[in-house]
Amino acid sequence: MEELNALFHGFATVISPMNFLLMLVGIVLGVLIGVLPGLGGANGVAILLPLTFSMNPTSAIIMLSCIYWGALFGGAITSVLFNIPGEPWSVATTFDGYPMAQQGKAGEALTGAFTSSFIGAFIAVVMITFLAPLVAKFALKFGPPEFFSVYLLTFCSFVGMGKGSPFKILASMTLGFALACVGMDTVTGQLRLTFGFHELMRGFDFLIAVIGLFGIGEILLSMEEGLAFNGKSARIDPKVVFNTWKQLPAYWATSLRGALIGIWMGITPGGATPASFMSYGVAKKMSKRGDNFGNGELEGVVAPETAAHAAGTSALLPMLALGIPGSPTAAVLLGGLLIWGLQPGPLLFVEQKDFVWGLIASMYLGNLVGLVVVLTTVPLFASILRIPFSIIAPVIIVICAIGAYTVHNAMLDIWFMLLFGVVGYAFKKLDYPLAPLVLALVLGDKAEDAFRQSMLLSQGDLAIMFSNGLVGGITALALLMLFWPIISKLLSFVRKPKPQAFAAERPVD
Amino acid sequence: MESNQTSEEGRALATNGTVDAVVAVLVFLLGALVVFGSRQLGAEWGDDGPGPGYFPFYIGVILCISGIGVFTQTLMAKGKAKEKNAEAFVDRESMGRVLAVLVPAVVYVAAVDLIGIYVASAVYITLFMVYLGKYGWLRSVIVGLAVNALFFLMFEVWFKVPLHKGTFDPLSFLGY
Repeated sequence: MEELNALFHGFATVISPMNFLLMLVGIVLGVLIGVLPGLGGANGVAILLPLTFSMNPTSAIIMLSCIYWGALFGGAITSVLFNIPGEPWSVATTFDGYPMAQQGKAGEALTGAFTSSFIGAFIAVVMITFLAPLVAKFALKFGPPEFFSVYLLTFCSFVGMGKGSPFKILASMTLGFALACVGMDTVTGQLRLTFGFHELMRGFDFLIAVIGLFGIGEILLSMEEGLAFNGKSARIDPKVVFNTWKQLPAYWATSLRGALIGIWMGITPGGATPASFMSYGVAKKMSKRGDNFGNGELEGVVAPETAAHAAGTSALLPMLALGIPGSPTAAVLLGGLLIWGLQPGPLLFVEQKDFVWGLIASMYLGNLVGLVVVLTTVPLFASILRIPFSIIAPVIIVICAIGAYTVHNAMLDIWFMLLFGVVGYAFKKLDYPLAPLVLALVLGDKAEDAFRQSMLLSQGDLAIMFSNGLVGGITALALLMLFWPIISKLLSFVRKPKPQAFAAERPVD
Repeated sequence: MESNQTSEEGRALATNGTVDAVVAVLVFLLGALVVFGSRQLGAEWGDDGPGPGYFPFYIGVILCISGIGVFTQTLMAKGKAKEKNAEAFVDRESMGRVLAVLVPAVVYVAAVDLIGIYVASAVYITLFMVYLGKYGWLRSVIVGLAVNALFFLMFEVWFKVPLHKGTFDPLSFLGY
């Protein structure tokens, strides 16, 4: 009950006209970001982060997290109406959403998508409300070896749960760590890996990497395909909304499964994209009408959307409770916390009660406001998509450049952004995942500190990672994840291999 | 990482397998560079604990291993993966489209350095629309100016976040 009290206190902090306005602005900006190609949740939040430097942390995080919810909602609009997933996690939504739109049922598909997004997020927020304080309380007992083992688990699960070549995941991750090492060493104050270039003293900021990798890289990819939009138009009137809502309770099992898959994938850094595919695949297998999936089945929209939103939301749990973000966007939000002078991690629940519960309360409200906003403004955003790409592309590049500059007021960062853009383009084409790179760049310093402190405690003996049940268990789990690609290969020799349903269509997150 | 750019621009018609192998070599070289850099810093156990190069050293080693791993996987690819490797990474037409965005973007960033974000952006959007979008001059100039007027108001006036004005600062008469 302690949590409920704290939550109501949080609602009291959040509900003010100003915060409500910021929520609306955030949702609208977020949907816009989700709809436009080349701007996604992660780099959208990164670009808008500097605008919040002067706000108080609670208002700032409300606006930024609402941008995040908006982006999650926005991805569905382009998937259904244009068969173009605005975000990677809405790829699975196109499978049934676009056929529905072709049959003139765009309104139903969108209502279904938005509502199940909302339900997925809601279940995940309820979970955060009760679980996050417990995790934080537990984590207060952590020492450096425990923290390092959690970092290890985070990164090893990318290898264990990721699709594609484990070496590419490893390469992308260590590249992030290597870039994080550049600059001033936090312990000795020595310059590291700058090779005599003084401008590199600042190091590589992950916000620049996010803007380049996801923003510029995406534009280059879209340009290569010679993008031309031709979409279905959509109007959502209240009758369609209510009729769709009447159908939805029949899919309660699909929603619940989707939400659980999403929560699991969000807490372990699997991410929203694999979660949506997994949920779609499971729903196809379990549903009575599974054979009709892909031809415009409402259940096929419900499944991936619930999971994607649940995953996107629960990625914030490890960020709040442990200071370890579960997704690139959560990592950007974490960067924001640091800039506003808040130290993310278990102590946040003790020292910054107002802030944490304000944020959790704003998750409830933000999603509700988001649902209402997207249901009423679909025609507006659909018309934005009709603006030709040759106008949108240069404007997005300009926005990215401004965003990169404002991080440190450094011209060099804009050049780095371009460089990261080219790397992002090449990596995406070669199926290197980008999320591990970004997370490693964010967490590099902290993981290294935890490692060095553990090594100091043990005088260089790696056995400290197995010194007690807790740290040993987490480390063992991490190693299991790391070697999972090999183990699963060995297992498949023993058992008969199962055919993979969507292996070919599944992109790497 | 810097040389990624040249490897793709040089061979416009490379296959997936070739680019994959080249990037793997670059990853390995980068790893070797990190190992070399951290050895110089002191990757050993010093008097007061691990030296500054202790952690980066292992990162470099893993980077090297993953580079070798990707390289071997590309060479040893069988079946479906091999077919994918034989496909073109980019064809001449799409490479042209990518460069049509990338090269002006490089020029644009250089221009930002000299004449500031607002003027460079206005010119960039206008030229992009005229040459790549085939719009009329009037419409393009209007869009370019309007977008940047909005940005100017948003950053300089409302949110008080000053942006790069450039070496020559052509907008200094506005007083911001």
